[in-house]
Amino acid sequence: MRKLHSYLLSSSLVLVLLVIWEIGAWSYGKSFILPTPSEIAVKLWELREVLIFEHLPATLLIIVIGLAISIIVGFGLAIWMNVSRIAEKAFYPIIISSQTIPIIALAPIFVLWFGYSIWSKVVVTVLITFFPITVSAFDGLRSSDKDLKELMLTMGASKKDLFLKLDVPSAMPSIFSGLKVAVTMSVIGAAIGEWLGAQAGLGYFSRRMMTQFDGAAVFAPIVLLSAVGILLFLLVTVIEKIVLRWRKQV
Amino acid sequence: MSDSVLAFNSIAFHYQTGKKKEAVSIFDGIDFRVNDGEFVSIIGPSGSGKSTIFRLVTGLENPAAGEIFLNGKKTENRLGQVGYMPQQDLLMPWRTIKENAVLPLEIKGMKKAEAESRVLQLLDDFGLKGVEDKYPGDLSGGMRQRVSFLRSILSGSNILLLDEPFSALDAITRLSMQEWLLAQWQKWKKTILFITHDVDEALFLSDRIFVLTGRPNHQLTEVTVPLGRPRTVRDLSRPEVVTLKEQLIDQLRSKELS
Ligand SMILES: Nc1ncnc2c1ncn2[C@@H]1O[C@H](COP(=O)(O)OP(=O)(O)O)[C@@H](O)[C@H]1O
Ligand SMILES: [Mg+2]
Repeated sequence: MRKLHSYLLSSSLVLVLLVIWEIGAWSYGKSFILPTPSEIAVKLWELREVLIFEHLPATLLIIVIGLAISIIVGFGLAIWMNVSRIAEKAFYPIIISSQTIPIIALAPIFVLWFGYSIWSKVVVTVLITFFPITVSAFDGLRSSDKDLKELMLTMGASKKDLFLKLDVPSAMPSIFSGLKVAVTMSVIGAAIGEWLGAQAGLGYFSRRMMTQFDGAAVFAPIVLLSAVGILLFLLVTVIEKIVLRWRKQV
Repeated sequence: MSDSVLAFNSIAFHYQTGKKKEAVSIFDGIDFRVNDGEFVSIIGPSGSGKSTIFRLVTGLENPAAGEIFLNGKKTENRLGQVGYMPQQDLLMPWRTIKENAVLPLEIKGMKKAEAESRVLQLLDDFGLKGVEDKYPGDLSGGMRQRVSFLRSILSGSNILLLDEPFSALDAITRLSMQEWLLAQWQKWKKTILFITHDVDEALFLSDRIFVLTGRPNHQLTEVTVPLGRPRTVRDLSRPEVVTLKEQLIDQLRSKELS
């Protein structure tokens, strides 16, 4: 009941904002700079085939490859730092300070290195999503209860038992929080990557329309991008609900 | 000594605390033995080292001097040898009741199907039938303690260490848990060491009571409870028991002041 109420609140707020936008943009009257939401919706419908069958798959591929690399490398590093104090001391400060590097400013260099292939975009996505995944997994692994660890030791548990039966399950809530942040950011990473230069993709398409002064067509793929972000977020939430079903939903 | 399942021989122990690793002496050469099938309670002011005795018995800590004998054998590596039930029930919230109880068998390397069928048989005896697939968060405090007790029994050891298991329960639940514990103790023929700060609880449950005399402990005081078995709560109002209770309370109180 309360849940329904909160959805109602946020969706009516969005509706109010859309109406204000519609009226504002309509009275401004320069749709190549600021199209109205209804113009964007119409454009989205007109372009549906190109966007969904040509550009969406290209962007999704970048997102999936980028996230997969981030998850594999991030979890690997988190586990390594969890078992080795030396690895922790060596990598943790680097991982934290890597976040202060303006990745967007660096992005052109990746084009230099990887050309206009998919990998220049994947690298941007990985650099953006890698941090929340690694840090949430590492913090989660460390969050396990010390008393439970001692109890398991009194049962004769090995290091492997402690890791698999205590550290990993304890890390799950934190890992899912990190994944939720990462999947939404992966969309941004892929779009930025495509701006640099690509032959297809939602970010690339939006950028191209900008040069043609077609405001509605700039926004249409962006609507689709954020829909992808929301869907990925919901997907992670559903998996989280299943994996963490012991947690009481209040 | 052939009968004693647990013996401390002049055990000295201190914690190292703070940055400078100052030694805080807890035991300074204490001795005790616990016989097979006995129910022994440990009482003492808080911070006197009751839980530390359990940490030594389980092998989480090692004595600075002295020897610990388990089942008549001097045992250096004691991890995995005694059943331990901690103060909080410490069930894993992400495991169902059945999965929680199975944990010690899993760690011992028993096959999953075999371990689970053993647990399922026992859940009934422990008044836990029908909740095996629930999560700890769905159970009352008394039920969670029974799961925790079942888990410590499944460690397979003949010695069980229970650290203030009932202190968080309300008075009525606690009384029925005490009676239930005595029934289980007799059924399983285990040796139980039981920490409590409740003198009545110690008198009702135990054959003997060890009193810790404050830090550092040079020696334990031992008291034999003058009651046979089976007991009822009413036995606690017998004159000799009341006198003993007053003595014990005086003893604890004088320690707390010093
Ligand atoms: N891991 C530890 N490190 C340092 N000091 C500890 C540790 N555990 C307990 N102590 C100290 O040792 C004393 C005895 O603790 P404990 O055995 O837990 O007492 P009790 O169970 O009787 O309340 C306390 O003063 C406590 O602060
Ligand atoms: Mg204690």
